Amino acid sequence: MRDVAVIGVGETEFGELWDRSFRDLGIEAGLKAIQDAKLRSEDIDAVYIGNMSAGKFIDQEHVSALVADYSGLADMHLPTVRVEGGGACGAIALLQARLAIASGMHDIVVVGGAEKMTDVGEVQAAEILSSTADQEWESVFGATFAGLYAMMARRHMHEFGTTREQMAAVAVKNHKNGALNPEAQFQKEITIDAVLQAPWVAEPLGLFDCAPLSDGAAAVVLCEAQRARKFSDTPIRIAGSGQASDFLALHDRRDLTTLDATVIAGKRAFHEAKMMPKDVQVAEVHDNFTISEILAIEDLRFIEKGKGGPATAEGLTALNGKISVNTSGGLKARGQPVGATGVAQAVEIVRQLRGEAGKRQVVGARHGLTHTLGGTGATAVVHLFERGD
Amino acid sequence: MKSGIVSYGGYIPRYRIRPKDIGVVWGADGEAMGRGLNIRAKSVPGPDEDVITISVEAARACMAKVDLDPTDIGAIYVGSESHPYAVKPTATVVAEAIGSAPVLTAADFEFACKAGTAAIQTTMGLTLSKMMKYGLAIGADTSQGAPGDALEYSASAGGAALLIGVDHVAAEIAHTVSFTTDTPDFWRREGQRYPSHGGRFTGEPAYFKHVLNCAQLLFKRAGTTAEEYDYAVFHQPNGKFPVRAAKQLGFKEGQIDAGLCVREIGNTYSGAIMVGLCAILDEADPGDRIFAVGYGSGAGSDAFDLTVTEEIRKIRRDATPSIKEMMADSVFLDYATYAKYRGKILMREA
Amino acid sequence: MAIPRFWREIQSRYNLIGTKCGSCGKVDFPPRAVCPVCGRKSIGKMQRFQLGGKGSVVTYTVIHDAPAQFEMQKPYVMAIIEMDEGVRLTSQLIDVKPEDVRIGMKVQASFRKLGQEGDAGVIHYGYKFRPAG
Repeated sequence: MRDVAVIGVGETEFGELWDRSFRDLGIEAGLKAIQDAKLRSEDIDAVYIGNMSAGKFIDQEHVSALVADYSGLADMHLPTVRVEGGGACGAIALLQARLAIASGMHDIVVVGGAEKMTDVGEVQAAEILSSTADQEWESVFGATFAGLYAMMARRHMHEFGTTREQMAAVAVKNHKNGALNPEAQFQKEITIDAVLQAPWVAEPLGLFDCAPLSDGAAAVVLCEAQRARKFSDTPIRIAGSGQASDFLALHDRRDLTTLDATVIAGKRAFHEAKMMPKDVQVAEVHDNFTISEILAIEDLRFIEKGKGGPATAEGLTALNGKISVNTSGGLKARGQPVGATGVAQAVEIVRQLRGEAGKRQVVGARHGLTHTLGGTGATAVVHLFERGD
Repeated sequence: MKSGIVSYGGYIPRYRIRPKDIGVVWGADGEAMGRGLNIRAKSVPGPDEDVITISVEAARACMAKVDLDPTDIGAIYVGSESHPYAVKPTATVVAEAIGSAPVLTAADFEFACKAGTAAIQTTMGLTLSKMMKYGLAIGADTSQGAPGDALEYSASAGGAALLIGVDHVAAEIAHTVSFTTDTPDFWRREGQRYPSHGGRFTGEPAYFKHVLNCAQLLFKRAGTTAEEYDYAVFHQPNGKFPVRAAKQLGFKEGQIDAGLCVREIGNTYSGAIMVGLCAILDEADPGDRIFAVGYGSGAGSDAFDLTVTEEIRKIRRDATPSIKEMMADSVFLDYATYAKYRGKILMREA
Repeated sequence: MAIPRFWREIQSRYNLIGTKCGSCGKVDFPPRAVCPVCGRKSIGKMQRFQLGGKGSVVTYTVIHDAPAQFEMQKPYVMAIIEMDEGVRLTSQLIDVKPEDVRIGMKVQASFRKLGQEGDAGVIHYGYKFRPAG
């Protein structure tokens, strides 16, 4: 298998982007990434798109062809692939594109992730998100997506004594980081009190424990590592990747306070990269809810199981703490256009490893990790990145 | 050979509303209304309950008391005036939900408040003729009274299921008679949300004419008078009519007390006489004799003379909550929540 | 309208019909064609199995942001329930105040409306759980 590196990144701002359509967003991110890689159209071998549910959000399927077309690539008749996997789809698309290059099939692949979530009302958007849980045996019975994560949170509080304040510390930290990120949906800091007093969504999760609905897109350009130097002075190598699945319904999982898919995907990625959690300085993890970040830092073995709450409250995962988690602001503050998430996380890690993260730069960042979830943890994808030199 | 009740089960939703909390919204003296009707509260179905869920719960309560194979039930009939569907029977859902499907016949009945007793008579015939081993007769309703109308104080929700057969009979039906005429005392046209009624016309020419005449027919058929019965139960649109009818027929307060559930839960329409009968069966002893007269507007009465047998000791009467326990298990609502649950608030189109 | 989709699940949703593996005895709900423990060994050996309806609460939440079908009931309680047979499922808790719900509390199945396809459409029924005496 050949080595693969990231030679270009790009993203739109994330937020409620009323003026921009799905097409607008996909193209913008893609073109930025291609420009960043100093590519010509002729250099591109394939396009992979991560998108969760354009069919339900904007009644449009077959978005792979759509994005390539509107990016001006239709004449090149490239192979285009749309990848779905709940919230993990962008990270899966990245993995699939990596495999395509590693196998020798392609040399240069553009990977984009995009979602347009605000064209439908909030209630409908929440129902669409719920379709990544078990529709027949969870959603139909009244379990909302937030409700399922709330039940994990309740159990985590019951078993480990995790508190609402500790969960709120995740949101506060991520908003603090988001305030340093010009592309973030929310650039204002918030307080623990604001989180605790926000209206309930599904107890014990309140409005500020939940990532927003967002529009946005992100893209990276992957290149076979030997050729990468021709395009970038700072190619960022994908050192390892891991993907795992689990029972679809939360109630079928082995343990309600551990996402086995994260644990296994993480182990697979670390194994391939011949790295340990302690080798990682910066990580973008899937904080669709505050509890999700606590579970992630435990399940990725950055923090001992059960101690994710106190660790966050004590600042271990703050910018330039023991491990900088979600320097972009995370899904919580940077935003959560579902299909874009996995790719946007990669964009942030690449920027960090290149030393281009500006005010939110992690000092001495050499190894970075992305962690992305599908549904309530039935899919998890972990990528490890390192500087090419 | 006689047929009779092999098992029984009732279900009453937990929510309640008091007459005074209804009256205050419509500028009426609700407490006085309540006193006038002899109703202290009425039952209200929750937003996820309807005649189908009530019928299923009642049927399951009935089956839980005995060890019978549900596939031996050859017919299920549900009588109601508030079936969730105008077309698509409640009875088929009950059949699936108690494991009787698919080898059985089923249908829904309508005859205002006496649709359940009509189902009893039908299943008596089917089992006596040996066409089948058992039949399940259910009466259940979630009836509505128009906002501000007198009926709003009494129209309530609940139901009961009676398993009828000729074997293992716990309450033998010795006689049944009926009295039926075309009398427009209370009705609801297809498509109308709320029923209409003839005010005071619902009394003498309707309820009393049919109940009293039918009762006299039953006394004659059975060769009895009121003294020979341990219990009497009548259709109970309010707490006054059945008391008056009982008195006129020679029954004493002690005989009608056990079955007079309307005082605590209001008028459960097709469920009323059936629930009253279940309340009696919850406490009856072998040898007890029961006089039951239902009434349905439109109009008609079905009357039954029952004798409790030794078999009642074999029924697990405490397998599910008794009617008394269900009446006591109550959560009181204000009018706004009641209106919300009863679909009386104009919602945005889904 | 998803008529066949809901109709197909009637036995499971009305009567808690699942499967029991003929190979290892594990009970699954809803029914499975393949036992997650035994894999291919179990194919053709999965037996129809009815749950008893009793279980206890493993975790729960009170839902405030409700989907359209549950708008009338919010806030409402959802729970993951471990049935006496060992298998878990997700369902609404009814006839209980949210503040009275406890992990470990015993519950039993009831029959309730799950939703409907608008005022003119089919009504869907299934299990919800209430506190057991």
